[in-house]
Amino acid sequence: MRHLLSTRDLLRDDAIALLDIAEDMSEVQNREVKKLPTLRGKTVVNLFFEDSTRTRTSFEVAAKRLSADVINFSAKGSSVSKGESLKDTAQTLAAMGADGVVIRHSASGAPQVLAQSGWIDAGVVNAGDGTHEHPTQALLDAFTMRRRIHGDAARGRDLEGVSVMIVGDVLHSRVARSNLWLLETLGAHVTFVAPATLVPVGASTWPVDIRYDLDAALAEVRPDVVMMLRIQQERMNAAFFPTTREYARQWGLDDERLLALRPDSIVMHPGPMNRGLEISSRAADSAQSTVIEQVANGVSIRMAVLYSLLSGDREARS
Amino acid sequence: MTTTLIRGATLPDGTTTDLLVADGRIAERGTAIATPSGARVLDAAGLVALPGLVDLHTHLREPGFEQSETVLSGTRAAAAGGFTAVFAMANTMPVSDTAGVVEQVQALGESAGYATVRPIGAVTVGLAGARLSEIGAMANSRAAVRVFSDDGKCVHDSLLMRRALEYVKTFDGVVAQHAQDPRLTENAQMNEGALSSELGLKGWPAVAEESIIARDVLLAEHVGARLHICHVSTAGSVDVVRWAKARGIEVTAEVTPHHLLLTEDLIRSYDARYKVNPPLRRDEDVRALREGLVDGTIDIVATDHAPHPEEAKDCEWDHAAFGMVGLESALSVVQAALVDTGLLGWSDVARVLSQTPAEIGRLAGHSHSFEIGSSANIVLVDPASSSAFSTDRLAGKSHNSPYLGMTLPGSVRHTLHRGYQTVNDGVVVDAGEVAAAAMGVARG
Repeated sequence: MRHLLSTRDLLRDDAIALLDIAEDMSEVQNREVKKLPTLRGKTVVNLFFEDSTRTRTSFEVAAKRLSADVINFSAKGSSVSKGESLKDTAQTLAAMGADGVVIRHSASGAPQVLAQSGWIDAGVVNAGDGTHEHPTQALLDAFTMRRRIHGDAARGRDLEGVSVMIVGDVLHSRVARSNLWLLETLGAHVTFVAPATLVPVGASTWPVDIRYDLDAALAEVRPDVVMMLRIQQERMNAAFFPTTREYARQWGLDDERLLALRPDSIVMHPGPMNRGLEISSRAADSAQSTVIEQVANGVSIRMAVLYSLLSGDREARS
Repeated sequence: MTTTLIRGATLPDGTTTDLLVADGRIAERGTAIATPSGARVLDAAGLVALPGLVDLHTHLREPGFEQSETVLSGTRAAAAGGFTAVFAMANTMPVSDTAGVVEQVQALGESAGYATVRPIGAVTVGLAGARLSEIGAMANSRAAVRVFSDDGKCVHDSLLMRRALEYVKTFDGVVAQHAQDPRLTENAQMNEGALSSELGLKGWPAVAEESIIARDVLLAEHVGARLHICHVSTAGSVDVVRWAKARGIEVTAEVTPHHLLLTEDLIRSYDARYKVNPPLRRDEDVRALREGLVDGTIDIVATDHAPHPEEAKDCEWDHAAFGMVGLESALSVVQAALVDTGLLGWSDVARVLSQTPAEIGRLAGHSHSFEIGSSANIVLVDPASSSAFSTDRLAGKSHNSPYLGMTLPGSVRHTLHRGYQTVNDGVVVDAGEVAAAAMGVARG
């Protein structure tokens, strides 16, 4: 693999290989010495045009556990905020010898533009671009589901027959898109539940069931996984729904809906959560919740991705 | 002045003839015309002669955005594409909303000489959509403006649009509307549909265009005014215009070459060369636009030539500028989309790219029939050639063409503007030579 830009073009075998490598990485994290020498001498740049302490930190920890040198290049306080172009930034990083670039950008497609530009030869990892994709989030979510469902026998397995319900602001969610494509590839069945204003136009042509009524959907589908999406502050005043109270009542995972889930259903959230809006505290902190596991698994997945992209002779593979 | 004998050209109706051009006019036509002494002879065997092409929708960028294009460089691009007249859009800086600016643009065109430049006046002051600009002053100026447009921005206010339609009637003018509901397209990036949702690019719904066209044809009917719709891009728009014409409303419509050939699927690359306003649409839309042009619902092809410097395109999609250059490629794209597919013949091409745009824009002295005594605006095209479109074909300042690397049929061999050559054997004639020839014609 040269770059990781989306889950849409990830083949099943490649996805499972990444999940399996992440299992190995996860084992390393349980050792006393958590570090591997694999990427010693390699330089990974975290190029963040959008604030995201969680994702950036996760990539940073992952790269450091693989012994790579990590440079954090954030838009704030750098020349980027002074209007420097992506092209100039990329060429600057190339001149400094970056082997891998982890990019977070508010413009959809920016990682792909960077990867195909010829401005820089580094492997590119999409750490979230606009409302397009967030592939490492989808991989860590799939990893989390596979672990919960298959336990120690997870290696080599896909998610055949697993039912996943993704609830909330699908329209603006790169997490929902990346999850849909990857879950489809891995054999899971996906349902989106959202008010019609937050369902993307044309999503009816995607491999997904679309529902508006959360209670009816939960009762009929009885999902293995319920994934709640974050409601961004700026959506609240843009006529997507009348009030946050109405949203929470209709589409929030509150205590009653938590109790109505199957006891073995798992509750996921990519974080950061709006407690009391899309998810109640009891749901977020319940034994069914995987929110904290998702964070831990995020490091394992990002180690697996960086390892796959940057270890060995990249020239020979490109 | 030079006398030119065009030997053996095929006219749009399929007949073959010689054409003798003298003193800027067609002096003689027929077979086996004797070569006058000192005449330049152009061997036109196998070449199609079309009346000089007329573009009702060009952005020449001067004054104000000379890093993208100037009147000189833009009319060079026009000549390279076989155009002998271009209507220059008003979104310059300062905006072409006063007699002074339109006269300046007109004068720059006259001194360059590559093509007749007809300035378009802004409908509203500064394109701001708030107050009518001095339409009468522009109409009565030396530039004699007849087309008024806020192109790039929609005249969105219904009352202002009504007044503009009415007022422009006074001067036998026409309002050319850029149909785009601003609220429905805030920060929009590409056609709204499953693909925009997948790519995470903000959608530009077809209804944002169609609803404005529907309103405007009804306004035009109510006040009995002429209305022109710029760059129609959706199947629904074609339906609305078809309905309006059937009702007898005086509406004309244009389509760009790129909307006749390219679809939104190209945007999977996030290559900003494909970013344009209105956006590239679906395959169904391309087919409906072709049908609309064939059945006369759409009257003309206009380029919306929109030059931008490299840095405006060599970046993230969201940050890139809208627009593509189109003058140099228009005829080849029309041939690929419509002639080679059997939908239109060359006489139709002459109609949609020369005769009708000249009529809509009230272009004086334009003739399309090759009759003796008419102004010699002629383009000679080799329809049998085919080549990969490259920057060699681009004669303007900017290279933001979506066709680079694409194999396209046809090439412009010679362009004659008012009797003198602006393109000779596929090469744009030197600027000094063209300017001198233009001055000669002006002196008579």
